[in-house]
Amino acid sequence: MAQGLPLRGHSSQPGPHLAAWGRVSEPGQEQLSESLEEACRGASLCRGLGRSYGDSSLPASPKDKVVATRLANRILAFDEDTGLLRAEAGLSLVDLNRLLLPRGWFVPVTPGTQFVTLGGMVASDVHGKNHHRAGTFGAHVTSLRMRLADDSILRCSPKEHADLFYGTIGGMGLLGHILEVEFRLDRIPSPWIWMESTRVGSIDEFLHALAEGARCWPMTMGWIDCLHRGRAMGRGILMAGRWATQEEAPASLPPAPREITWPVELPNWALNPFSARTFNALYYASHWRRHRRRIVTPTTFFYPLDAVLHWNRAYGPRGFTQYQCVLPRAAGPEAVREFLERLTQLGAASPLCVIKDCGPEGQGILSFPMEGTSIAVDMAISPEIQHIVDHLNEFVIATGGRIYLTKDRFTRPEHFRAMEPRLERFLSLREHWDPRRHLRSAQSRRLLGDRA
Amino acid sequence: MKVVLLGGTSGMGRALARSLVERGDQVFLLGRRPEELARSAADLEVRHPHKLPCGHALCDLENPEEFEPALDAAEATLGGLDAVIVTAALFATQDTLESDLTLTRRLLTVNFTNTILFCEHARRRLLARGGGHLVVFSSVAGDRGRKPVVLYGSSKAGLSAYLEGLDHRFHGQGLRVLCVKPGFVKTGMTAGLKPPPFAGEPAQVARDVLRAMDRGSPLIYTPSIWSLILCIIRALPRFVMRRIQF
Repeated sequence: MAQGLPLRGHSSQPGPHLAAWGRVSEPGQEQLSESLEEACRGASLCRGLGRSYGDSSLPASPKDKVVATRLANRILAFDEDTGLLRAEAGLSLVDLNRLLLPRGWFVPVTPGTQFVTLGGMVASDVHGKNHHRAGTFGAHVTSLRMRLADDSILRCSPKEHADLFYGTIGGMGLLGHILEVEFRLDRIPSPWIWMESTRVGSIDEFLHALAEGARCWPMTMGWIDCLHRGRAMGRGILMAGRWATQEEAPASLPPAPREITWPVELPNWALNPFSARTFNALYYASHWRRHRRRIVTPTTFFYPLDAVLHWNRAYGPRGFTQYQCVLPRAAGPEAVREFLERLTQLGAASPLCVIKDCGPEGQGILSFPMEGTSIAVDMAISPEIQHIVDHLNEFVIATGGRIYLTKDRFTRPEHFRAMEPRLERFLSLREHWDPRRHLRSAQSRRLLGDRA
Repeated sequence: MKVVLLGGTSGMGRALARSLVERGDQVFLLGRRPEELARSAADLEVRHPHKLPCGHALCDLENPEEFEPALDAAEATLGGLDAVIVTAALFATQDTLESDLTLTRRLLTVNFTNTILFCEHARRRLLARGGGHLVVFSSVAGDRGRKPVVLYGSSKAGLSAYLEGLDHRFHGQGLRVLCVKPGFVKTGMTAGLKPPPFAGEPAQVARDVLRAMDRGSPLIYTPSIWSLILCIIRALPRFVMRRIQF
C-alpha cells in the first residue's frame, strides 16, 4: 500500500528529515503510534500521510515531538441509517473508499488525492469538485475529539466549544491534536461517475463554462494549459460529473485501480518549459472532440494523479510547490485573466494547473475557499520561486483573495496578514487554547512567528 | 471461518483481523486492554460485510490462568473454532533488555513459555474438533543468533522450533500449524527503529498470511524477500557474523 511509504526529502543538513509532498524537508523525526491518545501527550504537531505540499506538516524545530497518525485508523461507529461515521483521525480516505464505496456510501467532500487522513482533511478543511454545492469537508463534520496543548482531552462540536471546533476546521492542527472525527457520509446511487468533458478554447470561454457548469452539475473542475500565451491563453478541458444512476451504471463494482509507482527520481532538468509545453499540447490535442461523455470510476474522476504513486519524483531532487489561490467573484473575470497573464509571463508553471469555481465561504476560521475562482498550479523550486510567489501574492492581495495554507511554503508573513482579515480571530483562539504556543509547525514558525 | 485472534488490536494482528472480517470470517478478539479491545471490535464490526458483531475477552500472555476461560468464552460466542491465531508478543531492543533483567525475564516468559502454553490449550481444542489452523507469529530474528536480537531472537528461535515439531506431530490429525516469520514491518512495535530496506507494511503481511493459511503451508516469510535475505544470513560463516552489525 502506498499510504505507509515514508517520504524522503533532500536537504544539506545531516540527520533524519521529514518531507512533505513537495519533497522539501525539515530536520526532525516522526513518532509512529497506534495509540494516538497516548502519543499526542506533549506533542507539538500531528501529521497524517504527509500529503500537504508545503511545510504545514513539518516540525518547527528538530527537537519537537511530531506524531504520525496513520496507524490510528479504526472506525469506531457507523450508522447506516444516517451515514454518521466516527473514526480515529489517522483513518485514510483510500481505506474508507475501498470499504464503503461498494456499499453505496461516499465522503461528502473529497480532495484530489485519497492518500489523506481524516485528521488532515479537517485540519486543511479540504474542498473538492463539489465545493459550489457541498462546501468544504468541515461543513459535514459533526464533532471532534481532541487533545489540547495542556494535555487535557475535550470533545467539541458546533454546540460545545464551538470556537475551538471552527478554529480547528482549517486550523492546520495548531489549536489541538485531532484524535477522533465524526462526520456524515453521503448515500450514492451507484459507485460510478457520469462524466462530461469539454474542450475550451480560451480563459473567457472557460470562466463562462465553469459558471454554466456549476449551475447544472454537482461536480466541476478544469485543467488549464497555463503555458500557452496569446489569444488561446487559458485553453483547457472542463470536467463535470455526477454520480451515475443505477440504470446508467454498469452492474459490476469498479475494478480496484492498478498501482503503478513512478520508478525513479528524474533529474531536475527533465521537467522544463519545453517538455511541459509539449505535454500540455499533447494533452489538449488528445481531447480532439469538443464534448466527451462517459461513465468512469470514482478513482479516475476524483483522483487522476493517484494513478501513479510517487509522481512527485518527476520533479527531481529540487522539489516543487503548488501555488493555490482563490480570487473573489467581486474581482470579476478580468482578475482571473490578469492572474493567468502574469503566471504565463513569469513562466514558472508546470503542466498541472487546475481551475475551480468556489461557492460561499465556510465556517472554519482559517478555511481557504471563498466565493470566486480558485486556481492551483504546480511549480518546480527554482532560485526565482520566492520572487514568483511574492509577485502572485501581491496581485492576490490586491483582488481581495487569499492562498491555501496546505499548499504553501513561500508566502511571507506580512503578505499572509494582508490577505487574512480573519487572522486576529484565530490568534485570539490560539492565545486562549495554547497560550504558550506549544503546538506549532514549520509553517506557523514562518507565518505566525513561532519560535524555532 | 471462526477465528480466535490473540493480539488483534494492533500492528500485524489488526491488519490480519481486518482481512479476515472483510472476507466474511467471524473473529473473536483476545487481548489485555479492555478499551483497545472494544475499539477494535467496533472497527471490525463496521468492516464485516454483514456487520457481524465481533466478540472479545481479556487474555494476557503474562497470565496463563486466563487462557482457559478466554478460550472458553471465544468458543462459546463463536459456536465453533476453525483457527487460532497468535500475533501478540513482547518486544524490546537488545540494549534495553541487557540493562533490565526483569524485562528480559518477562519477555522470555511471554514469547516462549506462555505463548507455547497458550498454543497447547488451542491445539487441544482444535484437535478435539477434528483439526484446524494454528497460526503463530514468530520472527526472522529466531533464524540465527544475531547481535541486535540476542534475547528476543532466542525466544523466537525456541518458538519456531516448537511450531515445527507441532506440525510434524499433529499434521496427520488435521492440525495445520503455520509459523509466520515477519521481517521488519512498520508497526507501532517497531516505531522508533530505523526501517531497513525491504521493510514491509502490515496489510501486505495480512495478505501473505491468509494465502499461506489457504494453502496449508507450514512456514512463511513475509514480505517474501525476507526468505532470501535469511537464506543468505543463515549461510554466512561465523567470522562474518561477528563482524557485521545485522
